[in-house]
Amino acid sequence: MIAELGHFALILALILSLVQATVPMIGAHRNRLALMRVGSPAAQGQFLLIVLAYVCLTWAFIQSDFSVRLAAANSHSDTPLIYKITGVWGNHEGSLLLWAMALSGWTVAVTIFSRHLPEAFMARVVGVLGWISAGFISFTLFTSNPFERLLPAAAEGRDLNPLLQDPGMIIHPPLLYMGYVGFSVAFAFAIAALLTGRLDTAWARWSRPWTTMAWVFLTLGIMIGSGWAYYELGWGGWWFWDPVENASFMPWLLGTALIHSLAVTEKRGAFKSWTILLAISTFSLSLLGTFLVRSGVITSVHAFATDPARGLYILALFVFVIGVSLILFAWRAPKLSEGGSFQLISRESALLGNNVLFVAACAAVLLGTLYPLFLDALNLGKISVGPPYFEAVFVPLVAPIVVLMMIGPLVRWKGDDGARLGRILWLSAVASVFIGGTVAVLIDHVTWRTVLGLALSAWVLIGSAQLLRRRLGERRGTPVMNRLRGISAAWWGMWLAHLGIGIFTIGVTMVGSLEQDLDVKMHDGQVAELAGYTFVFRGAVERDGPNYDAWQGQLEVLRGERVVTTLTPEKRVYRAQQMPMTEASIDVGPLRDVYVSLGDQIEDGAWIVSLHYRPFVSWIWAGCVLMALGGIFAAADRRYRKLAARDAAVAQTMPAG
Amino acid sequence: MKRRSKRLLLLGGAGALLVGAVVLVLTAFQENLVFFHTPSEVVAGKAPQGRAFRIGGMVEEHSIRRAEDGLTVHFSITDMAQMIPVTYKGTLPDLFQEGKGAVVQGQLDEKGQFRASEVLAKHDENYMPVEAQYALDSAQMNKAAESVQQ
Repeated sequence: MIAELGHFALILALILSLVQATVPMIGAHRNRLALMRVGSPAAQGQFLLIVLAYVCLTWAFIQSDFSVRLAAANSHSDTPLIYKITGVWGNHEGSLLLWAMALSGWTVAVTIFSRHLPEAFMARVVGVLGWISAGFISFTLFTSNPFERLLPAAAEGRDLNPLLQDPGMIIHPPLLYMGYVGFSVAFAFAIAALLTGRLDTAWARWSRPWTTMAWVFLTLGIMIGSGWAYYELGWGGWWFWDPVENASFMPWLLGTALIHSLAVTEKRGAFKSWTILLAISTFSLSLLGTFLVRSGVITSVHAFATDPARGLYILALFVFVIGVSLILFAWRAPKLSEGGSFQLISRESALLGNNVLFVAACAAVLLGTLYPLFLDALNLGKISVGPPYFEAVFVPLVAPIVVLMMIGPLVRWKGDDGARLGRILWLSAVASVFIGGTVAVLIDHVTWRTVLGLALSAWVLIGSAQLLRRRLGERRGTPVMNRLRGISAAWWGMWLAHLGIGIFTIGVTMVGSLEQDLDVKMHDGQVAELAGYTFVFRGAVERDGPNYDAWQGQLEVLRGERVVTTLTPEKRVYRAQQMPMTEASIDVGPLRDVYVSLGDQIEDGAWIVSLHYRPFVSWIWAGCVLMALGGIFAAADRRYRKLAARDAAVAQTMPAG
Repeated sequence: MKRRSKRLLLLGGAGALLVGAVVLVLTAFQENLVFFHTPSEVVAGKAPQGRAFRIGGMVEEHSIRRAEDGLTVHFSITDMAQMIPVTYKGTLPDLFQEGKGAVVQGQLDEKGQFRASEVLAKHDENYMPVEAQYALDSAQMNKAAESVQQ
């Protein structure tokens, strides 16, 4: 019964989403307030219904109701409770339901937090979101119904893929989805702007916090996914340029460009068409990501669906969204006025450079990700594009962004004096190169990549200190605490996010330069050395987990005479699927991770053990957290609330168009 | 004129940047493409010499042998028509098993041995690597075509 209730709720949600997609749009077109106001309650009702459907599905998992096909395929009565709950989205159908829930959650948030916006504009935003929602709910219902029954019911479930039974997987998909779906809000704002023809600084101010929050979620989602790959796949890498990773990284790159382009649109009224185009592309890439990941085009742990009908449906949705919005763009964009002019040396130029480079980087990733798929689809041969391509391309495209990052905030809008900038920056430029070179020599790893990475990191750290000092210097005479408090949240956000890039760069450079690996056959009591650490193998013992059997190895890690820690890597076999899995054991530290995983057992009782030394990995995560924190600060800026209300009041008295 | 020339400079700069980026991307792309070949194609001499490529298929039954050091592994990849001996040193993926699909990346040495630098297996028990499946299917199709010709 519960499953049927959920199914029924989802059908009702589809009907409400269709109401939400059409009625407010018609109302906005005909200027009927009563019709426009249908949007918000429709969206809110839809959200409650989807939550109900989601709870019903979760219930089937918790109760181990294996007459529900999805629960039978992805759960097991021995699965720990937390993985029963997260197992709901550890599969194609459930994750789509999660997607729909995230989307209607964002819509409800928009109807609440942006309710002071002009009604005709809001009606269109909600309407566009309604279309997307209808697309995804119907996709779920017609091709991937999560409530499908299994007759006769299975006696026991097949359990969740062991790779997904991991704490990282508890939060990775929801965060990532909140990011993907969040960009649909930016998209809806862009489409509404095209429809109403009003695209001004007020519009940018309305759109910015939503875009920034979506970006925050995406940043954290990617970070958790990367962290999962790092400790769960057991080979100590944190980024593989796998198509699935690229699928989430491309919207991130364009989303970052969008955030910066929106800044220009808000502050200077310029880059309007470009901002709109970026908003459309970012959301399109989110859809493309879903298509790539979910359609089974790419084999990966994410490719749950190998049903061609599903891939076709998402592809059709994708083509429809891009087609309609680009036609609308081509029709309306020429009417947008272009904003104020600017000189060669100006903040606008710096941000333009940022945008060009981010788009180029995204295009490079897109090429490497899609080209093999195209060749394959056209039967022209099978190829793969590996990490060397992405690394060769990415570093030169991103390095200038990092350089610009510390110049942009110093340059004035409209135009600035090049000599003034030179005076401010030359010393830190020289110092950065010097520090980069010196540290590379000190760590005894002088390659152009290490020197470049370290110099860029130094550039960001010095630049950030310089920016803060100049900002504080603006109000000399007042106490430092007051001066710190006087700085806007938006500025802190920018500063933190940029500093995060610096920390991240340190992590990436150090791991890339100094990581060490050793695969070794170890008997009980045998000793191995790596990167100044001594590893003593104390054998492996059998251990029973809740839904798996494991061999647990014991390794003492010593630094000189001092015992650092004892690591316990495992080789597990999950009972339901008889699937073997490596569970790495990591000693995490601020300056280095010591990472051990257990390979195969050999005839004579010895084990293959993989030892990894990973310096500064924590800095990669810390950098991402700083970026996300910066985004939260930026989105929380007071002016969005204060000015947005004023803008909306002005807009109400002014006819649209 | 001054403003116009400045704009030209800006456009020219952006254009040059873009051209540079495109050249960079395409060169890197050319250099780092990894082609895929089935064991039959490799035996027919279609695989490149001195360049990395991928082979996919099944790990032949009873072909896995470990060397003395315990780390070096020998096995064969087959598409049921031809087989290629492979040598790999390192930890194997969890789902690497005899009679199951796998994809290896590496180079051919002078003796016709494939020296793998990377071994990929499936992510879970339900799915076969696409490339491995493809190798098996195309070998089977060739066989069918041959039997028709005879």
